[in-house]
Order: sequence, then C-alpha cells, then structure tokens
Amino acid sequence: MYAYDELDRTLINERVSEFRDQVKRRLSGELTEDEFKILRLQNGVYLQLHAYMFRVAIPYGTLSSMQLRRLAHVARRYDRGYGHFTTRQNIQYNWIKLAELPDALAELAEVGIHAMQTSGNNMRNVTSDQWAGVAPGEVEDPRIWSEILRQHTTLHPEFSFLPRKFKIAITASEHDRAAIKIHDIGLRLHKNADGETGFEVLVGGGLGRTPFIAKTIKPFVHGRDILSYVEAILRVYNQYGRRDNIYKARIKILVHELGIEKFAREVEEEWKLMGDVGLTLDHSAIEEVRSRFSYPAYEKLPHMPDELKQAAADPLFERWRKNSVAPHKVQGYSIVTLSLKPVGGPPGDATADQMDAVADLADKYSFGEIRVGHEQNLALPHVAKRDLPQLWRALDRLGLATPNVNLVTDIIACPGLDYCSLANARSIPIAQELTRRFANHDTADMIGRLHINISGCINACGHHHVGHIGILGVEKNGEEFYQITIGGRADENAQMGVLIGPAVPYAEVADVIEDIVEAYLALRDRPEELFVDTVKRLGVEPFKERVYATR
Amino acid sequence: MPLVKQGRITTDLFVHVADGAELPGDGAILISAARFLEDPEAILKRAGKTGVIWPNSRAVDDLVPYLDRLAAVALVFPTFRDGRAYSQARLLRERHGYEGELRATGQILRDQFVFMSRAGFDAFEVKKDADADAFAETMKRYSVFYQPTGDGRVTALNRRMQLRHSESAGQ
Ligand code: HEM
Ligand code: SF4
Repeated sequence: MYAYDELDRTLINERVSEFRDQVKRRLSGELTEDEFKILRLQNGVYLQLHAYMFRVAIPYGTLSSMQLRRLAHVARRYDRGYGHFTTRQNIQYNWIKLAELPDALAELAEVGIHAMQTSGNNMRNVTSDQWAGVAPGEVEDPRIWSEILRQHTTLHPEFSFLPRKFKIAITASEHDRAAIKIHDIGLRLHKNADGETGFEVLVGGGLGRTPFIAKTIKPFVHGRDILSYVEAILRVYNQYGRRDNIYKARIKILVHELGIEKFAREVEEEWKLMGDVGLTLDHSAIEEVRSRFSYPAYEKLPHMPDELKQAAADPLFERWRKNSVAPHKVQGYSIVTLSLKPVGGPPGDATADQMDAVADLADKYSFGEIRVGHEQNLALPHVAKRDLPQLWRALDRLGLATPNVNLVTDIIACPGLDYCSLANARSIPIAQELTRRFANHDTADMIGRLHINISGCINACGHHHVGHIGILGVEKNGEEFYQITIGGRADENAQMGVLIGPAVPYAEVADVIEDIVEAYLALRDRPEELFVDTVKRLGVEPFKERVYATR
Repeated sequence: MPLVKQGRITTDLFVHVADGAELPGDGAILISAARFLEDPEAILKRAGKTGVIWPNSRAVDDLVPYLDRLAAVALVFPTFRDGRAYSQARLLRERHGYEGELRATGQILRDQFVFMSRAGFDAFEVKKDADADAFAETMKRYSVFYQPTGDGRVTALNRRMQLRHSESAGQ
C-alpha cells in the first residue's frame, strides 16, 4: 500500500476547498453551466440522465479496507446504497446531489481518496495491473511508477486542458492485465540487456469511434527518464493534436495521421530540446516513492496447507478455487478474485453492505488490502491458502463467490441507457440476460475463458472492441440494435474484434450469443482451444454462417 | 477588459493596434503576429515598447529571434478549454528565457490562474472585475505542487527528499 503523507493530504484538501468554492459559485449563478462544466469534469462530476454522476479515482486499483469502508459510507450517505466499479479502476455513484458533493469529497479526502482527473480533457487516473506487487514473475511493482506518474500528472500546469482526455496504463508482467495497448500511452516495464529497469513506450491506442491498437514509439526508455519522455509526448500532442473536431482530437488520430515514425521523430526532437528541466528521477527520488509503499509481513507458510487439502473434497469449493484463486509470488499465499457478476446482476455493482463486508474480510484475510481490476471485479491480494475455505464461505454468504471469473458470465458492461445520457441502447439488461442463459456452471466451465464486453454506444466504455465477443448498442429508427464482433482481446496480444454481420434487435442478442458459443463448441479442435483462438484460426465466416443462416 | 498584474487591476499601458490601422510613432503597442512579422526590425526600431499577440496555432520558434527586444507577448486562449498556450508559455519562459510580460488573453477563468502562473504567465486579461478581485485568493489556494516548472516552486518530491536529508543529517 502507498501511504499519502502530509503533502499529498494537503493537496487533496486544497482541491476539495477549491471545488467547494466552485460549486458555491455555480449554485449562486456566478459560474455558468458552460464554465462550470470543465471544472466539475476535472473533479469527476458528470451530468447524467437522472442526476449528477460522481466518479471517484482508485489509483492503480489499490484500496485499503479503511478506504473501501469510506466508499461504502459515501454510497449510503450520499447515494442510494451502492456504487459501480468501472473498467477504469474507479467507482461511480449515479445519484449524487451537487450541493452535497463537496461534503462527500471532504469525507473521502480524510482517507486519501479523491476524484481529481477522473474525467475531463486532462491526464486521467493512471491505471495498472490489479495484481501489481503480488503477481509471480513481475519485473517489479508497477505501482511505484504509477504513483510517480499519478503525482506528476495531477494538476499538471501545462496539460490540464488537452485536446481530449488522456489515459496512461502500466504493466510489469508478461501477461498484460492492464490493457496497455488500448491506452493513449501504454508502458511496459522491463529490463534491458544491462539489467536496468525501463519502459517500452506505446502510444495511440484507444477504442471508441476510431479504434486503434497502440504502437511502440520507443522500445526502451530508462526509468529515470520516463517523466521527461511522457512530458515530451504530451507537449507534442498538446500543440498538434486536433481541436477542430472532438472525434478526431485523441492522440491516436494524431499518431495515425502523422504516422508513428514522424510522430516519434517529433517526440524525440522535443525530448532532446527539453534537456534537464528537473524531471530526471535519480535513484533517491525513486527510492523516496518506493519507501512509502508498505508490504505485508508475510508468514512462512506451507505450499499446500491441510485446510486446503480437506476442503478440496467439496466440489463447490473446488470449483470456486479453480476459478477465482490465482498464484501469488509468496509461497502459501494466493490472490483471490471476488466476482461482482452474480447471475442476474448488473456487472460491477456493489452495495454499501458488500463493500463494508469486503473491507472486514480484507482485514481478516488480506492484510487490509483490496484491489479493483478493469474487468469490474475486486480482488484480495494476499490471502493465506489455509484461509481460503473460510474466506470462500464468507464470500458465498455475501453473494461474492460466483465461480465465473473469466468465464462467459464474467461480463464487462457499461451502464448504457439505464444511466448514461449518451447511450443508444441498454447494456445492463443484456448482460443480465446473458448471465441467466449461461448460469449453468458446468456449461460455462466447458466453454472456458470467454470474455463478453458490452457498450451502449460507440464510446466503448464497455471495451466491446476488445471483447472475445463484443456487443455494441446502436440505434435504428428509434429501436435498440446491437452489432456483434468476435475475436477481440485486450491482453498482450491485443486486437480488435471483427464484425460478423448486420446488427440484431434487442430481443435476439442473447440467442445470437448462444449460437456463437455453440458454433465454437462444435468448431474448436480440442477443449483447451480458447474461443478467441478458434476465431483466429477459422476467421469469422463459420460463426457468421451459424448466426445468419436462420435469420 | 481588466488587466491583472501582480495581483492587482492595472492600467494597460499597451495600446492594441489593429492590423490595418496606422502605428503610433511612440508609446507601447500590442500588435498581431502577422503584422509584426511583416517587418519586425522596423517595428522594433520605433520609440516605444512592442508587444506581440501570438496565436496558439503557430510554433513560438518564429518569435524567438526577437524575444529580448519584446516588452510583452500575449498568448491566446480562444476558449477556456483550449490549452495550447500553456505549452507556448512554458517554452517561452523555460526554453527561450523570455523575461518580459507574458500575458494571457481570450477566455480565462479565475480557476485557471494557478495553472497559468505556473506555466509562466504574469499578466491576465480577465473577463470580470470580480475575477480580478479573486486573484490573490485564488493564487493562495494551493501550497503543494507535484511538477517542477520554471516558476521555481519546490515540488512535493523535493520537499520530501530535503526533509529526509535533514532528518538523517540530524541523527
Ligand atoms: C455514465 C456515464 C459515462 C459517460 C457519459 C461516459 C462517456 C464516455 C465517452 C464520451 C467516451 C469516449 C471518449 C473518447 O473516445 O474520446 C468514454 C470512453 C470510455 N469510458 Fe466512459 N462514460 C461513462 C461511464 C463509463 C463507465 C461506467 C465505464 C466503465 C464501466 C466507462 C469506461 C470508459 C472507457 C474504458 C472508455 C475508453 C474507451 C477507449 O479506450 O477509447 N465509462 N466514456
Ligand atoms: S459506452 Fe456509451 S452508453 Fe456506455 S457508458 Fe459509455 S457513453 Fe454511455
């Protein structure tokens, strides 16, 4: 965990008092809605269908139990008793009152939580691997670098009014859980031939209207230079990024229009001209940040404790364990994913009571720490294996032990038409319907890893392009239709899905998905071949045929 | 439009001269980049100070040869959402060593004063008198800064390292 010190806390409090003043001026009419808009967005406040929506940052997905309890409190005191974990390591509240927002922010600030730059045309909350610091084989804990970048990008005096939003994601693992290739800047921590730590820097990824996979702009930037290099990229973007058309203002368009080589040359030139402007991180600066991360005092535990051996007799436990428990870098410990995707539930929602209970479980079993991943699930990062059976029983009582992590019902979905003013179609009810269709665990197990992603409009908040199956809501003559893509993925081999044919009406979506899954079961060459791999091998044609032959 | 300098509403000594209009023989003038670049040497020979309004779509490089002879550079915020001039300001101050007045013009919210001042602006054409009145208060809002800029404010990281250093020295 990273502990905010007096300076971090002071800054957050100063931000709260500034926002309090801005809300006051808005309510008195001194600020017009147009003026207020850019200010509130920088504090994560949207005006949505029903009310103001409030988006709170969970930097690099790490929370303490105390912080999670406070998020629960905000849900209860200022909202309707629940919150929605999103694909960007934050939590959204949908029913907040503007006049109460400064108080909610002040309460969050007490535990080192803020909503700075969760929205707006600035550098957004830096995201990272939800297993950072505990995943086996990681180069080093990427959160140290995420925190360095969090600080650098917070209230940046040059880049708070960029052409568009700007997202940075970091991974330090071979297997990319942070989806770095669909971010404006993706950073992959690795070591060069001399054993020095640095980053492969990728730019220009993103989904939305014009999806792009990020391209490598430089294979190795030394850790000490990462701030200046990122600053150089942003300066080029701030000056040359288009502002005439918001749909073309993202850095991915600039990179695409210039070509990566030309863009890279511009950045390189800017970087050279920049010289030493105090951004180089010497060893002691990096260590200063590193020193404020604390790690649990792990015990020396057996690899296979008796408790686990005994529990293995229970098939329900085993099902959950196989599905939700991942290896930890320390022997005798595991990483446990808590599914926020119960059958029939809106993906990513958690009630205040659930959040409180998870906080208690984290205290009891995970050194008080919780993680939030972009799949809209939570995780307990340091659970002793001997505690797994007890933890499982507790989670089961809370409805948080659905053994569907990475399976067909572990659906990622944006709020769609139920909350979002930009939506063309509903997302949540589609997700709910699909979780009912595939509720049978044996079937789901047989299907294996399959990611379904749903977005209610082209903005792609549900990452539909990179879903193994992607579902995109579109509107046709006032009715909800859905385009289906297959073969997308968001990991280290990230790729956009391919459209299988004409959009289908709301009522047919679940049937179509069932058809696609059945086609896969018939077409895969062995049970271990994942859905995406079958699609890769055969292309979309056989799936298309199956879906449209009878429609 | 009130001009704020050093926290106070100040009288603007510069006269805006439109592109077609005749230049006064002396006195401080503020002219467009296009006009200035037509014949910079002639303009700089005038008695009286010269200020240039530089558009945010043009690299400041073209202005660099004249910087030490300019009394003011005005950068433009066509809307308060368009932040190109922040980069221009930092480049002028930090890379090119410009020391004259750096003025923010166009659409400016008082909530942006801190960003602007950190980027190097020291004069602000604000929309309302109330914004000018709020200047001092707004500038005091923040005491912690994460990024180094040419404004010389010590960053949080440096403060922490100094603290650590003095702690270990005192042991
Ligand atoms: C309900 C309020 C929301 C609104 C108004 C909204 C709006 C938008 C817009 C306009 C974009 C596209 C921006 C662009 O491409 O330049 C976007 C992108 C995105 N949103 Fe949302 N969003 C909302 C909620 C959410 C939620 C709940 C999630 C997560 C479940 C989410 C995750 C994302 C992500 C990941 C992207 C980036 C897609 C990409 O890589 O291009 N948003 N959002
Ligand atoms: S994808 Fe569209 S509908 Fe869904 S949350 Fe984003 S903007 Fe709203």
